[in-house]
Amino acid sequence: MGKYIIKRILIAIPVLIGITVIDYVIMCLAGSPLEMLQGPRVSQATLEAKEIALGLDKPVFVQYFIWLSQLLQGNMGYSMKSYEPVSSMIASRLGPTLLLMGASLLVSLMIAIPAGIYSAIHQYSKGDYAVVTFSFLGSSIPGFFLALLLIYVFTVKLGWLPSSGMTTLGTEGGFWDVAKHMVMPVLVLAFSLAGSNIRYIRSSMLEILEKDYLRTARAKGIGRFKVIYKHALRNALVSIVTVIGMHIPMLFGGAVIIEQVFSWPGIGLMTMSAITARDYPVIMGVCLLSAIVVLLANLITDIVYALVDPTISLN
Amino acid sequence: MTKKKITNPASESYLQTVFRRFRRHRLAMAGVAVLVMLGGMALLAPVIAPYDPDAIVGTFAGAPNKEHILGTDQIGRDVFSRLLYATRVSLLVGVMATLISTVIGVVLGLVAGYFGGVIDMVIMRFTDVVMSFPYILLVLVAASIFKPGMWSIILILGFVDWPGITRLVRGNVLNLRETNFVKSDIVAGMPTWHVLFSEILPNTVAPILVYATSVLALSMLDEAALSFLGMGVQPPTASLGNMLNGAESLTVLTRQPWLWIPAGVVIILLVVAINFIGDALRDALDPKGKG
Repeated sequence: MGKYIIKRILIAIPVLIGITVIDYVIMCLAGSPLEMLQGPRVSQATLEAKEIALGLDKPVFVQYFIWLSQLLQGNMGYSMKSYEPVSSMIASRLGPTLLLMGASLLVSLMIAIPAGIYSAIHQYSKGDYAVVTFSFLGSSIPGFFLALLLIYVFTVKLGWLPSSGMTTLGTEGGFWDVAKHMVMPVLVLAFSLAGSNIRYIRSSMLEILEKDYLRTARAKGIGRFKVIYKHALRNALVSIVTVIGMHIPMLFGGAVIIEQVFSWPGIGLMTMSAITARDYPVIMGVCLLSAIVVLLANLITDIVYALVDPTISLN
Repeated sequence: MTKKKITNPASESYLQTVFRRFRRHRLAMAGVAVLVMLGGMALLAPVIAPYDPDAIVGTFAGAPNKEHILGTDQIGRDVFSRLLYATRVSLLVGVMATLISTVIGVVLGLVAGYFGGVIDMVIMRFTDVVMSFPYILLVLVAASIFKPGMWSIILILGFVDWPGITRLVRGNVLNLRETNFVKSDIVAGMPTWHVLFSEILPNTVAPILVYATSVLALSMLDEAALSFLGMGVQPPTASLGNMLNGAESLTVLTRQPWLWIPAGVVIILLVVAINFIGDALRDALDPKGKG
């Protein structure tokens, strides 16, 4: 097991380096952050001084290596806009994003697992059609449109839920306040996740229900409930684990738009403003972070595979 | 109740089987109807649209009435006409992006799977790199770099959506390479391009087609999201996403629902229809499928 994990990490390193290189090249094509400083009151000399101070006068690959060597020393650089260290910017915004992602994943599984199982057991029934139709709707509605609809209904018409931020301005927040702010963004993310999750769980349940060992279990007469929840569900876990692993990058990306719509103070909101301001170090930091998250998610998925299914060997 | 036609599965061709199995899916048939209708309206937009989509023809933000069945927007353009042209733009973006990513994905997958070795490793590592980016982040960064507009969106989505297809095609090629008909071709000294494009590719078209429908649905959703954020198709050109853009303002959201609800409904209808069709195709094209 230990050997396998080390091997996987070693494979991930070139992928990670590749990501940073591509990132950096794209970023440099994007245009200089100096353009953002230009204005009638900024003299040419100031711009040149700034260029040297930011290291932008050096060739691209030199800039990349400077960034990389600093990174290896634990320094992710400083934001060109607010002069804050990138690492602390990310650290302070990671919490809200993880909270949002975790809650959405949980809610989507709480919808998708029972719905998927129900739908597989009652295949081709009216209930099954309803669940499948719902799941297609979930993966077809643009998140931002659903967000607008929810804001229209719950904030504008009913006035029940706040539509932006994480806490009420001017207050300390507290559990209930944050929970109220979370309802709509979590619903939007969970709805679209549940859409695809239901179909995965349904089809893997259908496959398992046809297996010989389930026929044996049924023949033993241990009762429908036990057959499904003890024998079938445990074997469906493998596909549920895959689904979770697969959706972590999706969640990470989906959160960008949803955070923007709901002004949720997380990584996504920070990324959007960094992109518009061409704040290179911040964008690089976020790309690196997200790449690490994705690669880690893949690794953990494979390890959990082996834990839930002893027949999978890691070699 | 009409008399049920008795079909003999043994006597029909593959395409007939596929068609018969596809028709069993009522939701997919409804999807085809919706897609044909909306697609037809989009194609015929210049004929159907009552007004020039970019011309100011009415009052500012006028509610729907007899002359403007979906009202007018903030600067007095006819929303219905804009909606028709927007559907056209969004469908065009989706189809073109899907075509580009399918071509890239198929070629890379064929090459990686067939030649193997170092080429395979390099291509697959590159695929991993592209796949490891959170998709939207990559698209957003790219969209902020290139001048936003319809063709940049098509190119960006096209160059980002291919890794799934590459993996799919590579997997199929690895299986097909071991089959006797491909081996005999190689032994007979057929040129490589013939083996790749005339023997292997036709045998992997079905899964590509199914996958492409989901890419089409996804890229239409992405176009909408990008244009909504103001990084996609730029006004005055209407797209379904940028028509929703106005709803970020509270007045539009609360008092002028005709400005944003229709565009959202059209996106949902299109994407649901495409997803239903893709699902039915997966079922109909499955060689191991029943009936």
